[in-house]
Amino acid sequence: MKDSVIVLTEENTSELSPDRIISQIRTLKDEGFRFVTMSSTDLGESICVLYHLDKDLHLVTQKVEVPKGSKIPSICSIYASAFLIENEIKEHFGVDFDGLSLDFQGMLYLDEEVQKTPFCKIAIKRV
Amino acid sequence: MFMTKNVLKNLMTKYATRLYPFKKRETFQDVKGELKIEIEKCILCGVCKMKCPSQCISVDKDAKSWGVDPFSCVYCGVCVDACPVQCLYQEGLYRAPLAEKDMVLHIQEAKPVEPAPAT
Amino acid sequence: MARTVIPFGPQHPVLPEPLHLTLTVEDEIVLEAIPKLGYVHRGLEKLAEIRDHTQMIQIVERVCGICSTLHAMCYCQGIEALMKVEIPPRARFLRVIWAEMHRMHSHLLWLGLFADAFGFESLFMQFWKIRERIMDLQEATSGNRIIVSVNCVGGVKRDIDAAAQQWILDTMKIVEKEVLQLKSTIMDDFTVKRRTVGIGVLSKEKAYEMGAAGPTLRASGIFQDMRQTGYAAYSELNFEPVVETDGDCYARTICRFNEVFQAIGLIREAFAKLPHSELAVKAKGLPNGEVISRVEQPRGECLYYLKGNGTKFLDRVRIRTPTFANIPALLEMLPGCDLADVPVLILTIDPCISCTER
Repeated sequence: MKDSVIVLTEENTSELSPDRIISQIRTLKDEGFRFVTMSSTDLGESICVLYHLDKDLHLVTQKVEVPKGSKIPSICSIYASAFLIENEIKEHFGVDFDGLSLDFQGMLYLDEEVQKTPFCKIAIKRV
Repeated sequence: MFMTKNVLKNLMTKYATRLYPFKKRETFQDVKGELKIEIEKCILCGVCKMKCPSQCISVDKDAKSWGVDPFSCVYCGVCVDACPVQCLYQEGLYRAPLAEKDMVLHIQEAKPVEPAPAT
Repeated sequence: MARTVIPFGPQHPVLPEPLHLTLTVEDEIVLEAIPKLGYVHRGLEKLAEIRDHTQMIQIVERVCGICSTLHAMCYCQGIEALMKVEIPPRARFLRVIWAEMHRMHSHLLWLGLFADAFGFESLFMQFWKIRERIMDLQEATSGNRIIVSVNCVGGVKRDIDAAAQQWILDTMKIVEKEVLQLKSTIMDDFTVKRRTVGIGVLSKEKAYEMGAAGPTLRASGIFQDMRQTGYAAYSELNFEPVVETDGDCYARTICRFNEVFQAIGLIREAFAKLPHSELAVKAKGLPNGEVISRVEQPRGECLYYLKGNGTKFLDRVRIRTPTFANIPALLEMLPGCDLADVPVLILTIDPCISCTER
């Protein structure tokens, strides 16, 4: 079961600062990693965004912690398939992405009437 | 062209479908059908209410009643496994369609009071 | 010729689930496609805040009807790793058996729908007739035809006894014989080949870069299947992924068709090696920490990110389903194809929109 169930510990996740996201993800892409997905959780005061990449069934995770309502660079220029998940995180958690290739303006799943980001425990108002 | 054999075979054999409702298939054992209770055995503990994923069971200790909303119930069977006295069971047949939404409510009858043993 | 904008979906006779595409067409050749989702968004991930971690199993099963027990298996694997519970050997093999039955019925359903997409309705009905036998098996062994609710944290809830085992093996022989009879129709028929060969080619590099999953990835020549990591009992079974190299719709059809036979072989092997032990262990304690769990669903690789904080409610349940990863690959395949091939291309990635939107 070595690579199908991974408990995230300090050893197998690496922390990233928002300005190093693009360079680090580009390095990983050049090494041959495939983009799997991004996840996000609400940590109270800030939001934690995780990047999951896979090569030959071995998964690595990069963690980025940002305060609520902030903006981080988008990886659509590196992995074109990331636009769907970045739109979802923007809609549900309120993290804005700089350089999104196809922006749904918060209407991917939710309607116009929904004014607050639904997944945050202390929700922020949607743009 | 390659299906000609299949088509001819289908023409010669019986129907692949059953003439429902004139012929009904027997249900298998342990099919998760309609949820029922033997109300005399129920001890009104409320474990089924806590474990239900769709929160459709209501238990009232004072009124001695046990009720289920058959339209919210997803027939998962978690309450049947969780009941400590095994008074819940699931029928083999599914609930018949109804024209209006209705709640199912069972009220436990008061047990006869036993006379106190003479000291 | 001027460009026309044609809306495709969400209601369409060939689509099993609602998906909207805005197609920009010039002279019946598609130039661009913009997707729109959100028709079946139910917000199931948010329910994790008010349902405890054992009730979430039933909720997670209902994300998708066709791969439901694999969702529950992925979730239970993650929770069992967080609570440090080791499930008994019989439970691991039984999970494999139900998972492979699910894979068979999902692929037979897809083969029928795919035949319907280019108008071959009698083949559609033949495949679904065979599929009914597997639905009967699932109903008899677990109680439900599609939402097969047998997983729990710590093992499985139901057993397959010797009589049921014999019936399953007999049914596998009949299913194998009947599916083999249809093999020449789907692989060698002139009309089927005209509608699928060379349509929607996804090259090996593009498939890897777009992050495609499942048969969409394996039909382009990449040798990757999540079952190779050996979760549940796959490490003890003889397993090799089914790979094709062409990357067009025909290759994906052949890949899924061969996976049906592979599933039959895996079920037979699992029954031969089935050990005797208890079915489930009691899981004590509450989940705390973060875990990532992955399984191979019929449509591809599914990833679960679970975060527990020591209470009975989980902090976060994040589900990444395979169709979510295949939609960018679909948008890559569409430009350059005929308007009449659009339904065939959409069905070739096996779209499960209720999985995508949860």
